[in-house]
Amino acid sequence: MALLEVRDLGLAIAAGGRLLPVVRGISFAVEENETLGIVGESGCGKSLTALAIMGLLEDTAIRITGGSIRFEGRELLTMAPAERRALMGNRMAIVFQEPMTSLNPVYRVGDQIVEVLRQHRDLSTSEARERTLRLLEMVQVPEPEQRVHSYPHQLSGGQRQRVMIAMAIACDPRLLIADEPTTALDVTVQKEILELLQDLQKRMGSAIVLISHDLGVIAETCDRVAVMYRGTIVEEATAGELFANVAHPYTRGLLASIPPADRDVEWLEAIPGRVPAVDQEIPGCAFHPRCPFVRDLCRTARPEGRDFAPGHSIRCHFPREWRT
Amino acid sequence: MTAPLLQLRDLRVHFRTGRGGLFRRRRILEAVGGVSFDIHRGEVLGLVGESGSGKSTIGRTLTRLERPTGGEAIFEGTDILALTARAFRPLRRRIQMIFQDPFASLNPRLTIEQTLAEPLFIHRLARDRSEARDMIAETLELVGMDPDAMKRHPHEFSGGQRQRIGIARVMIVKPRLVIADEPVSALDVSIQAQVLNLIKKLQRESGVSMLFISHDLGVVRYISDRIAVMRRGKIVEIGDRNRIFDSPRHDYTRRLLASIPRLPPAPN
Ligand SMILES: Nc1ncnc2c1ncn2[C@@H]1O[C@H](COP(=O)(O)OP(=O)(O)OP(=O)(O)O)[C@@H](O)[C@H]1O
Ligand SMILES: Nc1ncnc2c1ncn2[C@@H]1O[C@H](COP(=O)(O)OP(=O)(O)OP(=O)(O)O)[C@@H](O)[C@H]1O
Ligand code: SF4
Ligand SMILES: [Mg+2]
Ligand SMILES: [Mg+2]
Repeated sequence: MALLEVRDLGLAIAAGGRLLPVVRGISFAVEENETLGIVGESGCGKSLTALAIMGLLEDTAIRITGGSIRFEGRELLTMAPAERRALMGNRMAIVFQEPMTSLNPVYRVGDQIVEVLRQHRDLSTSEARERTLRLLEMVQVPEPEQRVHSYPHQLSGGQRQRVMIAMAIACDPRLLIADEPTTALDVTVQKEILELLQDLQKRMGSAIVLISHDLGVIAETCDRVAVMYRGTIVEEATAGELFANVAHPYTRGLLASIPPADRDVEWLEAIPGRVPAVDQEIPGCAFHPRCPFVRDLCRTARPEGRDFAPGHSIRCHFPREWRT
Repeated sequence: MTAPLLQLRDLRVHFRTGRGGLFRRRRILEAVGGVSFDIHRGEVLGLVGESGSGKSTIGRTLTRLERPTGGEAIFEGTDILALTARAFRPLRRRIQMIFQDPFASLNPRLTIEQTLAEPLFIHRLARDRSEARDMIAETLELVGMDPDAMKRHPHEFSGGQRQRIGIARVMIVKPRLVIADEPVSALDVSIQAQVLNLIKKLQRESGVSMLFISHDLGVVRYISDRIAVMRRGKIVEIGDRNRIFDSPRHDYTRRLLASIPRLPPAPN
């Protein structure tokens, strides 16, 4: 049994009496000891999916329109709120994409971590303070004895992100969702943080969902990868299979857009056009207005998910057209 | 040989921290500990390095959002750090900043036209509304947007479009030096590639100089002529782009390059 299993999850934005679908029936599972990477364009619904799993969509304009989310075999969507809150920050935790909006600006960062520990663990204040210092050391915050007294705005972008990570791993979660956890960090710290998450995984058998725009990070850390475009998973495979055998035109476009660090290029091969607005309905394949391999069928028929190769699924009428 | 556009000499910035609290101990933190570099006309200097090493602080000091403890920044012959606010005012237009989060830096209540007209009137670059409107339409086209965008508000645009608007707002006043602090790190790679191509194209066409701060070494390599590597408030190495990547001299630079996450080689 997978530790986390998401089935046909649908999310919509309530706006002006209408429900605009943003996540359109996605399914995935993550096992113990497994890391699933999620990539996809900005606004495709990655963070909302993470928030839905964590039960953090209350008091927002986002509605769950269908599907199921099971954690350790239990359905989360029908669980009593109090029970769910007890899981949060404890058995399941999240590193938010924007540390500035999720750290409380008026409390010192050390106190915020102590608070999480005291909430879920039977620790004295001094034990919690000791553990807080250890956690800040683990995530490589320099001079942690000084930094615990800082307010979030007194830290650099990368330091805030590390404080968030320390808070998320404070209680050794079984499931960790990390939403762009290392974008504000330099690559040496990034590497150490990713290794730290892998350590946590080894120690606890945790499942990790890593949301990132950085395909290099995904390639180096994930067992499996799901590529999202406009609220659906358009390609999913083990990392090895995906990078060796890219089949979806969108995934290929993403890979081509990356500025390489090992050689000079004059211009980048960007995917033309832009992501359509949420209230814009697109018939057929949602990627067709930007796809270089579009054909008539793509404009009218929505591609269903199917297997491209064993363990490699795809939503596209004409995968890997560039080969022919 | 012409003098550099900017000569930064021994810049030092200190912050007070640790005030009050359990230990009631005040501490002085050296965020920038003596940094010097030149930026030539039409040159892009990439600034990379350890997070917390003082990169943003340098950018903020050059736009006078932060006060230095010491050092000089000779820009077109004047030390801009020594000027009074009043004396700096006429120079303000020439040094502009592009921020990481385009949304936070755009006023949600203003239309794009109002947002872009503001600097034109402040710096007296347009005489009246119709002249401003022409300049705005022209600049929007320059950044690859439909001039119709003028009538809309920031929330109606995607992250990539907002960053284009942020770039338009900077370019419209025809600056000499642009400081870009992680300008594309909030964008996904497909949109990031569009915005990077745009920045490179505009930079080449206008000949503006840039200080480009980023953690993404591929991005920095793509955009920069020279690169400075920072660690703990100091520059450990500075040099030509290819020299830094192909034969790094400092141990920290080598570690940085070795830590870049790599994609498996493409089979086709
Ligand atoms: N609280 C909210 N109210 C209304 N709409 C929202 C809210 N949060 C997100 N959205 C919209 O829902 C869509 C999906 O957002 P989400 O944050 O999941 O995107 P994402 O895939 O994480 O993008 P990014 O890569 O930019 O972080 C976007 O169009 C976004 O504008
Ligand atoms: N207002 C402030 N008060 C106190 N300390 C500050 C303040 N702003 C920055 N600092 C400290 O100054 C140092 C340099 O910060 P800065 O933001 O310049 O780093 P950076 O190189 O831009 O890092 P990052 O790559 O993480 O954005 C950090 O140690 C930070 O904690
Ligand atoms: S279905 Fe058609 S338009 Fe969509 S990605 Fe495949 S080839 Fe492109
Ligand atoms: Mg997100
Ligand atoms: Mg910074």
